[in-house]
Parts: sequence; structure tokens; C-alpha cells
Amino acid sequence: MNPRRRGPLLGLVLLLCAAVLLVLGALVGSTGFDNPFALGSNDPVGIQIVRDIRLPRTLGAWLAGALLGLAGAVAQGLFRNPLADPYLLGSASGASLGVALALWWLGAAAGSMPWLARLGITGAAFVGAVLAVLLTLLLARGVQQTLRLLLAGVIVGVVLGAIKDLITIASADILQALQGFMLGSTGLVGWPACALMAVLGALCLLLSVALAPVLDGLALGEATAASLGMPLGAMRAALVAVLALATGTAVAQTGLIAFVGLAAPHLVRSVVKTTHAGLILLSTAMGGLLLMGADLLARWLVAPQELPVGVLTAVLGGSYLLWLMHRRGARGTA
Amino acid sequence: MSIGTERPPALEARGLHARLGTTPVLHGIDLSLAAGCWTSIVGPNGAGKSTLLRTLAGLLPHEGEVRLFGRPLAQVPRRERARRLSWLGQGGVAEGSADDLLVYDVAMLGRLPHQRWLAAPGPADRAAVESALRSTQAWDWRDRPLGQLSGGQRQRVLLARALAVEAELLLMDEPLSDLDPPHQSDWIRSARSLAAGGRTVVSVLHEINAALAADAVVVMDEGRVLHHGASADPATHRALEAVFDQRVAVHRVAGQWLAVPN
Repeated sequence: MNPRRRGPLLGLVLLLCAAVLLVLGALVGSTGFDNPFALGSNDPVGIQIVRDIRLPRTLGAWLAGALLGLAGAVAQGLFRNPLADPYLLGSASGASLGVALALWWLGAAAGSMPWLARLGITGAAFVGAVLAVLLTLLLARGVQQTLRLLLAGVIVGVVLGAIKDLITIASADILQALQGFMLGSTGLVGWPACALMAVLGALCLLLSVALAPVLDGLALGEATAASLGMPLGAMRAALVAVLALATGTAVAQTGLIAFVGLAAPHLVRSVVKTTHAGLILLSTAMGGLLLMGADLLARWLVAPQELPVGVLTAVLGGSYLLWLMHRRGARGTA
Repeated sequence: MSIGTERPPALEARGLHARLGTTPVLHGIDLSLAAGCWTSIVGPNGAGKSTLLRTLAGLLPHEGEVRLFGRPLAQVPRRERARRLSWLGQGGVAEGSADDLLVYDVAMLGRLPHQRWLAAPGPADRAAVESALRSTQAWDWRDRPLGQLSGGQRQRVLLARALAVEAELLLMDEPLSDLDPPHQSDWIRSARSLAAGGRTVVSVLHEINAALAADAVVVMDEGRVLHHGASADPATHRALEAVFDQRVAVHRVAGQWLAVPN
């Protein structure tokens, strides 16, 4: 097949699969599978559960996964490193520290005002993620040297992680809530969170696709990219901003979901060879599908109990990457 | 050869100093490269050839002045510079990072300076890419990812990328690395025909014989220009022999100047 047609085709397949999973997601609950024909108008509670809990949660899983897939594709292009993931610039530990601080500060109030606690935790995660990226940029003195940026990201990650650990030791009662955040969960995503993720996701997608040619240029080397007349510094900074915004938004709503951002671009590349604009679009759709599928499995496998979705993405994503690596290694093109 | 006086020089350097990190590499270069000519820069390893080329392309900070077709390079807007000056870097691409780009898309990157932001490639862009890929015999691989090509094949694709810019001035750093002898000859022919068509080609070359096929030769050592003259000029040959410690001798063989090891 003409390799140029594979990209749009894969995009279509990914979106169709997501549509099917959205329907399935509306039907799977703590009682196992619902018969769609039994959900008549004479069951207002059933309809309310589907409308207010299952649908936003399933859609929210797609949106958060899409944000992570997008961020992963941007990070791998920006750092010219296939191991780069959205949490590279310290946003994961920044978000965890933010949440730990919020939990510690909210303390006992969290139980009495759940929505305030929810808002506080979401906001703290987002602010923590963005501040951590800013700290990384500050330590790396800008975005010009990617190696320095990577190292600064590692340092910020370790230091903020240690501070978070200190807080947890000082107040052990937040441990369980914090653990829930760090494992990632799509259980609390409602319609407002969906709307927020959709708006910010669309913004990130537009920006990153518009900036994608600089990633193609950078793949040919710094000097070649500069010789093509692109303002490298400004475009790099804008891409880092997209990376921070997309990751921060996803992390704030669903916690630290592992592997989706790393695996989505790899999965796309194993099927389609394309420019970074295509890669970003397809990774977005792929990330959404991955997390949506994982969310569905997490709810269904041990119903009426629920697995933490982050554990599932780590296991599934990790084993798939391992298989991919193995297969490529066997063909000698790793 | 005519080192033309009717057109302004394509590139001029005055009092050029540049450093890599903290090490000074170029020590006050004065150079004027004629338009419509192919000039080769040669010299031993570490002479500062690549640094000079990068500085002339505006890719390295420097002291002193570089003029592009008579205008200070710093005053030429970024995109205009990218349209008039095409750059081909040394050693191609780091393994891996560009492996997933298709050959056609790589060549199309050369058209970025001509395209409006986010605009789809037009007929002129497609025509330029096709002719560039055909001229380096890479057209047949247009739908293959770069990662599936050998080093020499990649080099031909990257060369096509630089040609697709259709710039008046082409700066190439070791374009012959990785090329097999027939494709080296092809490259020499295309450099000649570019110059014959009024373009200016400046190349850093390790292959002295290829360098002697150019119109003019710049001989460098230790960050300075030792000699700049026509490739047929005996003074150029003496400078070449001197810079390589008399370990080569330039002879005329079958109508070509060749550097033969002593």
C-alpha cells in the first residue's frame, strides 16, 4: 500500500475503535456488562449512572490518554530520544508534590468537603507540574541545550520526589490518597473535567501540529534546522510550553498514568512512517485509545472491584514495548 | 575560470574570529568568494574548515563581518537567508532521530523557507523536490523511510534536501563522505553544472582531487587562510603541497589535476 495512505487509515481505525470502546464503556459498570436494551426509560437511576458517571469517565480516559500521547510525541521529537516521555521535565514529581501538599494542608477538611478537596487536588497537581517544568527550565538556563534540559529534569524529579517523601513521612494519613494519585485513576473524571481537557487538548494539538516542522528539521540536526530559517529558540520554548500544558492537564485529572505517553508514539511509528505533524496527530488518537481501553479493562476485569488504571497501563504498555523491542532486535533494526 | 568582478562576491568575510567553546578556532579570516563559482576549502584535520563554513552560513557566533551578496549577513532576515543560502552539514544525521521520516518528506523540508507557515506544498515545491531527488538518483526511494537506507544513500537524500532549496548559494560540509566513487563523480558534475548555471557552491572537501575539480581552492591551516586561488594555478598547487608537508604532489593526469601521494 502507498505509505502515504497508511497514516489517514490508521487515524480512522483508531477513532472508530475509540467510538466502539465509548459505547462499551457506557455499558460496563460495577455490576459487569449491562444489556443495552434493558436500559429503558423506566430505569432513571441506570440512565443517570451512564450519563453522569460512565460516559464522562470513559470520554475523560480518552482525553487524558490523548493528552499524554500528544505530549509523548512532542517530547520524543523535541529531545530526539525515543525514550523521552511526558514526565521528563519533572512534571510527575512536581504534580505529586503539589498533591501531597494539598492533602497535607486540607487534612481533615478533605472528608467533609469532597468537591473542594477534589478541586484543590486537581489544581495543586496542575500547578505542581507546571512549576516543576519552570524550575527545570530555570536550572537548564532555557531550552537551547536539550541535554542540559534532560539532566535538569532528572534533578528536579529527584529533589521534588524527596520533598514529597518527607511530607508523607511527616503526615502518614495522606499516604493512601497520595498513592491513589500516583497510581492514576480515571474514576473521578466528570463532565467539567472532560470539557477542560477537550479545550486545552485542542489548543495543544493545534499548537504542536503548527510547530511540528521544526521537529522534522531538528531530526536532521541543529544546524540544518537553523539553516531552514526557523526561529529555533522561540519554537522550542513553545513546544516545551505545549508539553507542560498537556502533561499538567492530564496529570491533574487522572494522576500519574504510566507508559501511555511513552508507548503511543512507538506504537504509531511501528505501523506508519510519517512527519512529526502526522505522528503527533496519530499519537494523540493512539494515546486516547490506549487509556480508554485500559480504563475499560480496569473496571471489568475484577468487577465489582476496580484495578488502578495506571497499574494496568504500566503492565500492558510495558509488555508491549518489550515485545516491540524484542521483535525489532530480532530483525536487527532496533 | 572567471573570478567575476561584475557581480558582488557571494560571500565575504572580514576579520573573522570564531571559537568552539572557549577554544579560538578561526584567527582573523579575510576571504571573498566569487559568485557563480565553485570554491573548495581544503586543509589538514583541525584547520578550521568546517568552523569557517558554519560561520559563513551564520550558524556560529563570531567576531568580524560576513557579507552575503554584499549585505551584512546579520541584516538579512532569517527566511530570506534560508532561501538564498542552502546548507548541507557534515556526516549527515545522527542515527535514529530521522529514521522514521520518508525520503520525500526529508527533501520537502528544503522547501520550508519558500512555503508560508502551515501552507501545503505547491506545484513549484513538488517540482523542485522531484528534480532534486532525481538529480541525486534518490527518486526511486521517495516512499522509503530514511532508516532503511545505507549511509551513502542517506547522504544522497540529504544532498537532494539541500538542492531542493534552489538557493543561489550552497554551502556543503564534506558532501562526499559515504559516497561511492561513481556518486562522487556525479556530485562533482552537479557542482560544476550548478556553478555553470550561475549558482555559487562552497564545499569543504577532504578529497583533494575532488577539490581540485573546483574553480577555486582555499587552503587553510590552523585557523588561517594560507592561499586562495584558481585550481589550475601553480601557486595553489604549491600551497596544497606545503600544507600537507610535501606528502602530496599535484600533477596533471588525463586533463585533470590530481594530488598524488609522495
